[in-house]
Amino acid sequence: MRKTSQLSPEDRNIRIYETLFSWILKFFSVLVVATLVGILATILIQALPSFRDAGINFYTGKSWDPVFKHFSATPFVVGTLATTVLALLISIPFSLSIALFSGFYLHPGRITSTIRLLIDLLAGIPSVIYGFWGLSIVVPAVRQFELFSGRVPYGVGIFTAALILSIMIVPYAASIGRDVIALVPSDLKEAGLALGATPYEVVRWIVMPYSKAGLLSGILLSFGRAIGETMAVTMVIGNANKIPGSIFDPANTISSIIANEFAEATDPIYVSHLIHMGLILFITTTAIGLFGRRVIKKWSSH
Amino acid sequence: MNKQILEISNLSVSIGNDTIIDNISMDFHWKKITTILGPSGCGKTTLIRCINRMHELIPHARVSGSILLFKKNIYEMNPILVRREIGMVFQRPNPFPTMSIYDNVIAGYKLNGIKLGSAEKDNIVETSLCRAGLWSEVKDALHRRGAFLSGGQQQRLCIARALAMKPRILLLDEPTSALDPKSTGHIEDLVSELKESVTIIMVTHNIRQASRISDFTAFLSKGELVEYGSTEKLFTVPEDKRTEEYLSRSAG
Ligand SMILES: Nc1ncnc2c1ncn2[C@@H]1O[C@H](COP(=O)(O)OP(=O)(O)O)[C@@H](O)[C@H]1O
Ligand SMILES: [Mg+2]
Repeated sequence: MRKTSQLSPEDRNIRIYETLFSWILKFFSVLVVATLVGILATILIQALPSFRDAGINFYTGKSWDPVFKHFSATPFVVGTLATTVLALLISIPFSLSIALFSGFYLHPGRITSTIRLLIDLLAGIPSVIYGFWGLSIVVPAVRQFELFSGRVPYGVGIFTAALILSIMIVPYAASIGRDVIALVPSDLKEAGLALGATPYEVVRWIVMPYSKAGLLSGILLSFGRAIGETMAVTMVIGNANKIPGSIFDPANTISSIIANEFAEATDPIYVSHLIHMGLILFITTTAIGLFGRRVIKKWSSH
Repeated sequence: MNKQILEISNLSVSIGNDTIIDNISMDFHWKKITTILGPSGCGKTTLIRCINRMHELIPHARVSGSILLFKKNIYEMNPILVRREIGMVFQRPNPFPTMSIYDNVIAGYKLNGIKLGSAEKDNIVETSLCRAGLWSEVKDALHRRGAFLSGGQQQRLCIARALAMKPRILLLDEPTSALDPKSTGHIEDLVSELKESVTIIMVTHNIRQASRISDFTAFLSKGELVEYGSTEKLFTVPEDKRTEEYLSRSAG
């Protein structure tokens, strides 16, 4: 039996490399975690003056007007909710159809892998491209519609932003949905078909109940994605700092107001109010992300 | 054969380039138990799946020949009607985990969008569970999910689910291969009782099971129907050497 003190030189070298290597891994991992904590801390500290200055009025007030020092997040909270909820509603039929089509109706093969590839490509398109495409195609189309239906023809606004956003989030819900649906045991689908059910009836009564938690988490994760989306939304939402009266009104979301005004905010309290909104966004997206993941986990363990 | 319930003529099945079922013709007997016996991979599952058109789920499967159900070619019928007339029980118990025991039994009606009054539903559930020999064990837990049931109870729940549709033929694909001996005995007794009311076609690779409960036995080998006749005759004086070999090997 050899004692540790009698390690050969090569053994000792290996030891040193191993230790060094594990320290390097630890260093980078800790650095990432520290950065995350650092960002949260920075936001918190910089948002403090806003808490003190605006207090509860930040959430109950109605207007945002830096010139008159009215700072309330309400127009942007409303704008964010309206845009993302509308985008979700528009995207769900698409993502659910894609998920069912590629996870249930089609046998795994070339067509399903092509669909998968196309959806992944859709997820990889930079958001500024979506914004650009929105400005050149969707905005004029919505303007035509508004003219036609007797509204003010802004073109830009919540509806336009929601349309673009809905396309951007389809890949998230669709790919999670497809995986969740493909995991429904084929035993159960066969049992349903053998009872004389049509594929639609199997989807309605067997596949959907079995995978509903997973589908919900897919929707939640795409919701989180929609809330945080900045560039494309900023380009097409019309950048108006009022509480929107209709879904065709120009508005701003929390992320688009920050993107728009952060560079020109010179007054420290103005900056602090913007950072305060960043904090709201950070907490909301993190909470939705964690919750969505929990739903997936709970679902996949049962 | 007294009543022509199901006649298979010149049935062949290929998947891709492989011939899985090779020109099988056989008639089944009204309200009798027929077992389909044969080594694993010989095509037993494929054969009975052709009978309720479940083989259509297999990609690249091609079928030729005909199967007549009461003189009507099932391949010219609506598959949904075929499957309601011909129930199926699978190798692994597969009750619907998201439904209660009660809902599992009437799942066939729910899935098919057939509306029933609640008294009628209660009646179907009780009758089917009684026929499946499960009523006394679950009558106080009807509205709970079936996850707490034993494997054998789950399989009987699946039998009740199939019986609820009042099929005339019941296909069972190795219904006891995932079960312990006690549950197996239970299911065998049950199947013997059920032949009073339905025609039963059961796949097994357990020759003792075949000899215990069946009236007729078909022996399959490599997709071919080697021998088919009364169970007694096939087990005592098999005509084909392959049958004899299989029986002696499996018995030993
Ligand atoms: N979905 C399928 N795709 C390709 N081949 C299959 C499929 N199902 C069954 N087979 C083939 O058909 C043959 C018979 O299978 P099966 O009917 O399941 O046999 P058994 O039930 O007698 O064990 C096997 O060789 C199997 O490989
Ligand atoms: Mg089999």
